[in-house]
Amino acid sequence: MSTRTSTTPVTPRSMGTRLDRVDGPEKVTGRATYAVESAAHDTGDPLHVWLVQSTVAKGEVERLDPAAALAHPGVVAVLDHTSAMRLADTDDGELAILQDPRVHFRGQVVALVLAETSEAAREGAALVEVSYREEPHEAELREDNATYRPETVNPAMDTDTEDGDVDAALAGAAVLVEQTYRTPHEHNNPMEPHATVARWAQDGTSGEVLDLVDSTQGVHGVAQTVGPVLGLEATQVRVRAPYVGGGFGSKGQPHAHVVAAALAAHAVRPRPVRLAVTRQQMFALTGYRTATISHVRLGADADGRLVGLEHRVQEQTSAVKEFAEQTASPSRMMYAAPARRTSHRLAVLDVAVPSWMRAPGEMPGMFAGEVAMDELALACGLDPVELRLRNEPDLDPETGKPFDVRRLPDCLRRGAERFGWADRPREPRSRRVGDWWVGTGVAAATYPAMKMPGNEARVTALGGGRYGVAIGCVDIGTGARTVLTQIAADALGVDPGAVDLEVADTRLPSASVAGGSSGTSSWGSTVVAAAQRFREEHGPDPAAGAEVTASAAKSPAETETANHSFGAVFCEARVNRWTGEVRVPRLLGVYSVGRVLNPVTARSQLVGGLVMGLSAALFEESWRDPRTGHVVTQDLASYHVAAHADVLDVDAEWLEESDEAFTPMGSRGIGEIGIVGTAAAVANATHHATGVRVRELPLTPDRFLS
Amino acid sequence: MGEGVRRAASGYGVRMDTTIELTVDGHRRQLTVDTRTTLLDALRERLAVTSPKKGCDHGQCGSCTVLLDGRRHLTCLALAVAFDGSEVVTAEGLAADDALHHVQEAFLEHDGYQCGYCTPGQVCSAVGVLDEAKQGHPSHVTEDLEADVELTDDEIRERMSGNLCRCGAYPGILAAVKEAAGA
Repeated sequence: MSTRTSTTPVTPRSMGTRLDRVDGPEKVTGRATYAVESAAHDTGDPLHVWLVQSTVAKGEVERLDPAAALAHPGVVAVLDHTSAMRLADTDDGELAILQDPRVHFRGQVVALVLAETSEAAREGAALVEVSYREEPHEAELREDNATYRPETVNPAMDTDTEDGDVDAALAGAAVLVEQTYRTPHEHNNPMEPHATVARWAQDGTSGEVLDLVDSTQGVHGVAQTVGPVLGLEATQVRVRAPYVGGGFGSKGQPHAHVVAAALAAHAVRPRPVRLAVTRQQMFALTGYRTATISHVRLGADADGRLVGLEHRVQEQTSAVKEFAEQTASPSRMMYAAPARRTSHRLAVLDVAVPSWMRAPGEMPGMFAGEVAMDELALACGLDPVELRLRNEPDLDPETGKPFDVRRLPDCLRRGAERFGWADRPREPRSRRVGDWWVGTGVAAATYPAMKMPGNEARVTALGGGRYGVAIGCVDIGTGARTVLTQIAADALGVDPGAVDLEVADTRLPSASVAGGSSGTSSWGSTVVAAAQRFREEHGPDPAAGAEVTASAAKSPAETETANHSFGAVFCEARVNRWTGEVRVPRLLGVYSVGRVLNPVTARSQLVGGLVMGLSAALFEESWRDPRTGHVVTQDLASYHVAAHADVLDVDAEWLEESDEAFTPMGSRGIGEIGIVGTAAAVANATHHATGVRVRELPLTPDRFLS
Repeated sequence: MGEGVRRAASGYGVRMDTTIELTVDGHRRQLTVDTRTTLLDALRERLAVTSPKKGCDHGQCGSCTVLLDGRRHLTCLALAVAFDGSEVVTAEGLAADDALHHVQEAFLEHDGYQCGYCTPGQVCSAVGVLDEAKQGHPSHVTEDLEADVELTDDEIRERMSGNLCRCGAYPGILAAVKEAAGA
């Protein structure tokens, strides 16, 4: 058992300085081993599993004929709903695969093919003959869908909020902006496709029964979720994720393929299986950001001070499992409007299950809110930076609590200074260089500072001045391995080179998911708690083998203040007068995120967020054919993400600060804020360039050609 | 095998296997491949050479890039049987026993990566780019087709655009390739 330990602020020595990624040499050589690759190196003779997916959006499997597949050389078995192991818990409709003939969405797993080689497995999957009894389906988000009010929105927020008399405030406003904003269906698309290697023990009576190497953002979460589905205790499932090639939320929770791998491995136990989801399959099976429709009303007095604000959201969930994106949540705390109303309504569609994608809620919600603020600035005749400064709240409008740290004005002013904002012409469509209309835009960013429960860390004296630090968290590319090494070193008062850090295995002390920008705050505070307790109990010169396991007590800030990071994004956009093509020569984010623990990895996180926001602004849109429920853009040639040539001068900087009320390291979390507000800044810049207001992402050329 | 699993009949059909020889990172390897086996799967699944990554399997992301007979190449779009006798150098093979290639050092210096999955492909592509520029190959953004190639920022961005990075490490990759080009 661990002890909940209060922490004291850590004196920074390594924290705040450059330390190259501790796993860098493995990554630049390709020696770093990702989930499915463990099958090649560690796991003897695995079978290959290929998923067979439904080709209808709703209905039932009428007949599934595996004969041709089984006749194909190398194919070992075909599993379907009549032959797969029965699951112990089918409450999670996404995970309850191969239990009945129902089809809930196009692309659902209807069979698994196991074969000696990947070529045979793939061909076998193509040879499985499936016929369906089709039913009418609904697969398109429209304004006239039937909707319902979910009990909460992600992760457990109020669905609706109302403060003050919004209608009266808006009716009496001197200036009113009333518009609808839309964001599209987007797919996370980490570079490493989801994959799982699974092996059941021959004798499944005790101890670890199922061994998984999974591409996940949280190994303990996989064990806790998948274990009960399979009728196992979480402790009977070992999960490792040594290297993970990005996730962006899509690996935050196990999806159906993890259960598929476990079912396949059960059928051939104790032989291991490897299941690599294909890029195409990811578009149906590994989560996505729902499209959103935001109806926004902003009312202000003649000086641009908000008197009323309304943000009503319509989005979609899936028939098989609910996910409610918290799109209006940033409108609850962003600006000082005395009367505010927010709401979320969901259409239930016969489609794949939506889930987390980098900054769920904030990303689409701040697109709507920050383009609306740009429109309000114009309507009030105010500079967009000035409008935001005038609407700074003294207290958090949502909770009434003081903000822990709120330095949005500093971000706006610093960004404006560095970007050269003062030289900007007030009128849109004022500047043309050759064939390009040129403009600049700004948007604010925000993201809540969060810590997750359920973390423990272990510190062990290894002798000779070395220390082992263990916590089962996952580094999905964020730099967690490196930054936790620095945190542990400073908390123990040793050099980073004296720390042997172990992560990414359920045999280590439990850790929360790498999500919600909460990883470093949650795991780092826990490592500090264990290190400080270790020093209390064992002093500066511990005997080899001395060991402490601890978890961190809550910091006062977690209950007493409203804790958020803030930022300001400045963009220069050029729009071609003939083709409508948008280029972004300059993109700058200035952030208030607490202490930056490693300037190298932090810059990459913030710049990476800005690049993903730029990508969303210009390119990203999945297209689901309403007639078939099929996502037709299911590869990287038709679902466009920013390529190198699309990314010009993108930079991030941060304000010097330390938030020791929130974490003993002084940090607040940086993984998601870079994508927030970025698409709005780009859209606002294109409006300034052209005078064309686009209220829907992405900003494709057709929007500017009328 | 569990009950209810439908088993394949054995001994049916004709396997289309071929034995080929590859030199991979300096080692001669003989292997048997299915005629459908891509060079990428031959490396990853038959030879346990997992430095080249599979990001899309359709030639759209660049993660599987290696140097094939000296030039950068997408191994997911290559059938292994067509490359009997070829020489493959992966990012792992670019590094000597204890010393990284100078392009790899530059990626570390400029943090031109985060998750590391596209990185071996980026590194191989960068090595290819430097060589192509040296040989005077123009790109889509080259203005003067007769002059020596100068690896400007725009040239590097264009030439590296076959390698997607979802972590958005492009500014770091640009800095790394630029430094390596000057080295």
